[in-house]
Amino acid sequence: MVGSIPASATAELSAAPRSKAKQFSPWLDAWRRFRRHRLALVSTVVLSAIVLSVLFMPFVWSVPINEIDFTARLKGPSPAHPFGTDDLGQDLLSRMLYGGRISLAVAFAAMVVAIVVGTIIGAIAGMSRGWVGPALMWLTDLFLSLPPLPLLLLVIYLFRDSLKSVFGPEGGVFILIVLVVGGLRWMPAARLVRAQFLSLREKEFVEAARALGASRLRQVIRHILPNALGPVIVAATVDVAAAIIAESTLSFLGLGFPPDIPSWGRILFDAKDYLDIAPHWAMFPGVAIFLTVLSISFIGDGLRDALDPRKVM
Amino acid sequence: MGQYLLKRLLIAIPSILGISVILFTVLALAPGDPFEELATNPNVPAEVREMLRQKFGLDDPVAIRYFRWLAAMAQGDFGFSFASRIDVGDLIMQRLPTTLIIIGLAQLIALAIALPVGVYAATRPYSIFDQIASTFAFVGFSLPPFFTGLLLILVFSIQFDWLPFVYRADIEATGWRWFWEHVRQAIMPVSVLALFLAASLTRYVRSSVLDVIRLDYVTTARAKGLGERVVITKHVVRNALIPVVTLVFLQLPALFGGAIVTEQIFRIPGIGSLLISSILANDTPVVMAVTFVSAILVVLFNLIADILYGWLDPRISYG
Amino acid sequence: MSEPLLEIRDLKTHFATDNGIVRAVDGVDITIRRGETVGVVGESGCGKTVTAMSVLKLIAMPPGRIVDGQILWQGRDLIPLEADELDDIRAKDIAMVFQEPMTSLNPVYTIGEQIAEGLRRHEKLSRRAALERTVEMLRLVQIANAEKRVHDYPHQFSGGMRQRVMIAMALSCSPKLLIADEPTTALDVTIQAQILELLADMKARFGMAVMLITHAMGVVAETAQRVVVMYAGRVIEEAPVDELFANPRHPYTQGLIRSIPHIDRAATTKKRLEAIPGVVPRLIDPAPGCRFAPRCRFAMPACRLATPALRDVGGGHKVACILETGGLPQ
Repeated sequence: MVGSIPASATAELSAAPRSKAKQFSPWLDAWRRFRRHRLALVSTVVLSAIVLSVLFMPFVWSVPINEIDFTARLKGPSPAHPFGTDDLGQDLLSRMLYGGRISLAVAFAAMVVAIVVGTIIGAIAGMSRGWVGPALMWLTDLFLSLPPLPLLLLVIYLFRDSLKSVFGPEGGVFILIVLVVGGLRWMPAARLVRAQFLSLREKEFVEAARALGASRLRQVIRHILPNALGPVIVAATVDVAAAIIAESTLSFLGLGFPPDIPSWGRILFDAKDYLDIAPHWAMFPGVAIFLTVLSISFIGDGLRDALDPRKVM
Repeated sequence: MGQYLLKRLLIAIPSILGISVILFTVLALAPGDPFEELATNPNVPAEVREMLRQKFGLDDPVAIRYFRWLAAMAQGDFGFSFASRIDVGDLIMQRLPTTLIIIGLAQLIALAIALPVGVYAATRPYSIFDQIASTFAFVGFSLPPFFTGLLLILVFSIQFDWLPFVYRADIEATGWRWFWEHVRQAIMPVSVLALFLAASLTRYVRSSVLDVIRLDYVTTARAKGLGERVVITKHVVRNALIPVVTLVFLQLPALFGGAIVTEQIFRIPGIGSLLISSILANDTPVVMAVTFVSAILVVLFNLIADILYGWLDPRISYG
Repeated sequence: MSEPLLEIRDLKTHFATDNGIVRAVDGVDITIRRGETVGVVGESGCGKTVTAMSVLKLIAMPPGRIVDGQILWQGRDLIPLEADELDDIRAKDIAMVFQEPMTSLNPVYTIGEQIAEGLRRHEKLSRRAALERTVEMLRLVQIANAEKRVHDYPHQFSGGMRQRVMIAMALSCSPKLLIADEPTTALDVTIQAQILELLADMKARFGMAVMLITHAMGVVAETAQRVVVMYAGRVIEEAPVDELFANPRHPYTQGLIRSIPHIDRAATTKKRLEAIPGVVPRLIDPAPGCRFAPRCRFAMPACRLATPALRDVGGGHKVACILETGGLPQ
């Protein structure tokens, strides 16, 4: 009641004719709201810097990731090795840049898997009117209640070797981790898409499309999905952050990438036994993961303000 | 209330069955014979392998294998650990209490931090306190537990040498000394998990309180002249807690993940480290059993959450 | 005339929003005397509820803010009061009944607990005494089987019953003023009449003053002695009820009265129900001049120059319109 007072006043305001016909675009409006979230803006800069350096720095800093130099073992940062070296004297900056590519690629691919699977399942559940919807939602809730990490570990344990033999050690592990991390994170997107579908399904423009004889698939693609986009983008952002943590957790447990593919988590795993003599080795990958996840989380928060205005307080 | 309880119980049964189907499907889909590896494992005598092959009836149709496996699991017969050479059930019972204690302590500490901070932040939205709390929450859930763990070890074990970084089950001391040593070695692992939990919980408490604080009945309570303190504790927090309780229990699956990592870092003998060591030792019965038990625990905790939910919200239990 | 109980003087309550400051209440004067019933009417969004909420400072601050004015309760200004001083007045001296009975009760406490709460705070009653008094109040508002139902939760009551509970709660500490904010709007028509009747009964029994906020002119005609008409955050007319209906002076009031449906008249003469064209104007940076001018059929250029003040035109009838006061205010 109290909170509704200003809201109702502004509602009338938007209903009132405006003196100046202002150009109104939902995306421009979203950008205006996003811009107001200062931490999200800063995070966009930080994340861009991380992504750009991971993508382009290797062209500038071309030290090989596996050049072993026993004379320079476990050295701290120096002009020759800005991030120091590991126990084999390998250059950590190169390894970090390489690892960043791996970690970000895994996270992005896993997010795509999660969103695609989630959107499909959510869309089916949202469109169907019979038993399919509830059954799919039961399955979604079931997957939500499964402990993700033990299941991840179980799947990796069972499928690791056969995938390695088919796609090679690098490709096999990559595909496995992407599928498993993405495949166990589709549930939030599915729920979101379904909820959007249920609320949008009855809205007038969909009714209008239905009255005009639009086929189901056409309804979904033309009318409902674009409207469900905002919350899904927010969920996708959260998924990228979660996938980075999942991948680095697996690698940190020694069950992700092998040592010759140094993802950030793997570097941290190798470094953890040298904490006392070479703390820099663990700090760089740890801080990189932390900064990446933190900036993605802030961006997600900013996007939520921008794209999901109902949630704004 | 009784009817509600019965309904929740009946819903939990298909959940457990569903989980068992998913786990078994994963196992059945796994390429090759999961016991093949054992042939090269010198720890496993040939007769044990043969016995297992027969027990799992690997050549039978899938449905029969599933029901046999389910029946064994239901009886608590998880098989025999190749690596430790004891019953998997016994092994899990040895390891489970440590994990539950660590998780439980972490959850309590997280609540003790998140409740007051979240409520205070929500009563003063966008204040300096709220902004600081919110930033800390973001930092908290962006710090992966494995990195927090290493940071704590770096600071408190290596730098200051205050706390031990290897967890020992066999402390040679008695009385207070024994208790103190246990507390000291639990501080870091529990803090790692508590920080991780408290971060998301704080945000959740804050938004839950904000949702409630603008409801009409809060205005009614204010209009009664009860005083802001009573209004907040009695009419806002009490209602905002209902979804929070659910979240606390729904967070448990994620918490198991955190526990696995933490146990691995601090070498705590819980079921998380058991899972990792069994995977590294290709000890399939243990891997399956640990996954199954943690999934069952999650269903169990969900059931507890439902019961608490019904207890906290009279609309459900009296409806 | 008896002494004023509540005097709202030049009250201005504004809200900060993303699009600017909403002047929801912008200079309102309302006086309520001991024992009288004052109806406050106007379309939704004209500032009635914000005015009522401002009296007990129940608006959310922020975004709301009382920028100016005085709220004199028996001569004492409530605006500068500390929170605990105000809490002594809430429910004890001034009680409220809200628009939405379905959401105005806390779902996790029994209605008994919620009524007794105020009694224990203000009357310092023991748990047992508060319960007894609560049951008594529930009987007064005609809730059957009160001694049992006192232990029921809000969801076990219908909307009309909940509004009875709200009234019992509001009257439990025998307030001198009851502010009823659209108490019947959310209810079925048949229940509305029952609740209005109950309010009249309670007034006869307790003798408190009532500030009845509503958008329904018909409700005011039946219950109030004096009527205040609000438009876009300001009072535009005020008069004793018979005078107002017999002789409405402001074009907006005239429009409101014409828009009351009359069953008898509609059946005989086929006259169409008249609505006032247009909507309540925006309350952010309102244009100068009379706020009703854009919708007023008598509007002239002078109306848009300055806001007309509320002037007494005799017999306690006040109106804010240059047609009535003859020219521009100074």
